[in-house]
Amino acid sequence: MQIERLTKRFEPDAQPAVNNVSLAIDRQEFFALLGPSGCGKTTLLRLIAGFETADTGVIAIDGADMAGVPPYRRPVNIMFQNYALFPHMNVARNVGFGLRQERKPRGAVDARVVALLELVKMRALAARRPGQLSGGERQRVALARALAKEPKLLLLDEPLTALDRKLREEMRFELKHIHQRVGITFLMVTHDQEEAMSMASRLAVMNEGRIEQEGSPEHVYENPANRFVAGFLGAVNLFEGKVAGAEAGLLIVDSEAGRLAVAHSPLAAGTAVAVAIRPEKLRFMTARDTTTPNVLPGIVRTIAYRGEASTCQIELASGQLVRGTMSNGDGKAPVFLPGAALSLSFTPDAARLLQS
Amino acid sequence: MNTRRFGLIALPYAWLVLFFLSPLVIVIKISVANEAVAIPPYTPLFEGGRLHVTDANYLLLLSDSLYWKAYWGAIRYAAIATILTLLIGYPLAYGIARTPVRWRNLLLMAIILPFWTSFLIRVYAWIGLLKENGIVNHALLSVGLIDTPLRLIDNDFSVLLGLVYAYLPFMVLPLYAQLEKLDPALNEAAADLGARPLHIFWQVTLPLSLPGIAAGILLVFIPAVGEFVIPDLLGGPKTLMIGKILWDEFFTNHDWPTASALAIAMLVLLALPMGLMRRLLRGIA
Ligand SMILES: Nc1ncnc2c1ncn2[C@@H]1O[C@H](COP(=O)(O)OP(=O)(O)OP(=O)(O)O)[C@@H](O)[C@H]1O
Ligand SMILES: [Mg+2]
Repeated sequence: MQIERLTKRFEPDAQPAVNNVSLAIDRQEFFALLGPSGCGKTTLLRLIAGFETADTGVIAIDGADMAGVPPYRRPVNIMFQNYALFPHMNVARNVGFGLRQERKPRGAVDARVVALLELVKMRALAARRPGQLSGGERQRVALARALAKEPKLLLLDEPLTALDRKLREEMRFELKHIHQRVGITFLMVTHDQEEAMSMASRLAVMNEGRIEQEGSPEHVYENPANRFVAGFLGAVNLFEGKVAGAEAGLLIVDSEAGRLAVAHSPLAAGTAVAVAIRPEKLRFMTARDTTTPNVLPGIVRTIAYRGEASTCQIELASGQLVRGTMSNGDGKAPVFLPGAALSLSFTPDAARLLQS
Repeated sequence: MNTRRFGLIALPYAWLVLFFLSPLVIVIKISVANEAVAIPPYTPLFEGGRLHVTDANYLLLLSDSLYWKAYWGAIRYAAIATILTLLIGYPLAYGIARTPVRWRNLLLMAIILPFWTSFLIRVYAWIGLLKENGIVNHALLSVGLIDTPLRLIDNDFSVLLGLVYAYLPFMVLPLYAQLEKLDPALNEAAADLGARPLHIFWQVTLPLSLPGIAAGILLVFIPAVGEFVIPDLLGGPKTLMIGKILWDEFFTNHDWPTASALAIAMLVLLALPMGLMRRLLRGIA
């Protein structure tokens, strides 16, 4: 699927809900669109499904321009944010709805419905009405219904948001597994960065109708293009400052937390930048250790125990609060308690330089 | 059931029992009395310590085919009017439910607005519109569309027009309430799965609005069967509706016992089609 310079405004003088978006999604890819609430994700999906018309721009699926094609003729199916199951039909009839529109013979429809219900593990509940199902079960039915016509592209609008945490994590794997089995291109929209990163082969981060960055989850996480992406995709510590010069192949930045060295191509001295460092890349050292570069002395303020690791807030000498991750791995690493003095450090190539 | 809820329900029910059942009992009593030149114009139930009951009035109903014709006439008019209100009211209700919220209340107000004027006056207004030298004929003549006045009143047309006009709001309001609840996402889901607009209507919108249709049918059909003002004012001599006959028996012939027997027979006979229709509607809804 190919989107080119797509723009949609709901009111003439309002800020566009979708702003000059270009996107290319390959066959059989699992692509995630990630962005905060209200950034235009649903609008983008509705444009692709044909429920809204774009002001400008092109949507093409398999090379065919979708302009003027009504929703019922697009090779696209959507799984709605609230599932939109037909309340007056049972599970099997919901799943078979799309196939019945094609006037397929009854036997063929029934066989396909059974296969789909098997795929989403809902065969036992085929005779129930949507009102008699749990949230997770409804979600499976909605998925089966959207897969029934084997669309070229399946659009999923926050498919897991309505589920509780444990079910959500199970369904992540299941959805990924189903994606591999059916071989259909998935375009999933979510505001949950963990969901996007764990499921998608590629993702795009959206903000205020625009796409800020696009790439593999690893690439976008490790190399965020700007402050918004860095902050939205995972946690980040930012040190605002100015470029002071270069030294031994490293860029030196004078920041609010002191002088920092970052592996980066040279920039003009005085350029305003932010040094971004992920919490898990900060090393915790006892206060005396000062042999490495980029050492930030501070005091532990709070510790949130999360099981596999603990998240700590450390107050630096400058007063800035920094987030760090302390592994609870083998019990050998030094353990700090609130109030303890320590030093944080990071290697020059663990940090990223953000200019916007 | 706890006592508070019981109290809440008991009071209105006591009211209903008192003011619905007691007139009914009185009407039953009159229906088994004989006509008499007296005030009131019927024989008392107890006379000289003896119970005085007759089935003559009911036998009269059975023997005179006029009453049967009027009964079927009422059912026929009411049924046709119900179908017409449904056909007119459904698109209307659907349209209102799909307009932007800020316009909806205005449109609903327009539906309810006629209730602010007396029903009788509104029916008289129709006479003014439809009579031979009325406004409609006058307008058509002066435009030159016709050269002799049309017979617009005192026939089936005017009775049905009056019934549809009077009962349309009772169809539109329950339909609107039902259609307004429908999630537009369901229509989109159906379109997304390949259903064309007309198929969406048959497979999604219509089945989901059946409860509203059922409510509308009951609200229009029941009072339309007993209607007497509209056939009396807009209908002609050939318009036979049971409500009108009943009215004539009471107020023109002063035959209270026959009129009461007619009222009771109508109640019993109406319970039949109503029960059937309710079962039918519950089946599909
Ligand atoms: N029909 C509409 N009319 C006017 N404005 C709309 C309409 N639909 C969406 N918007 C606006 O467009 C913007 C994007 O909305 P959209 O529903 O695409 O957000 P989203 O990213 O899906 O958010 P969420 O994560 O909360 O679902 C919002 O500011 C919203 O108010
Ligand atoms: Mg949304």
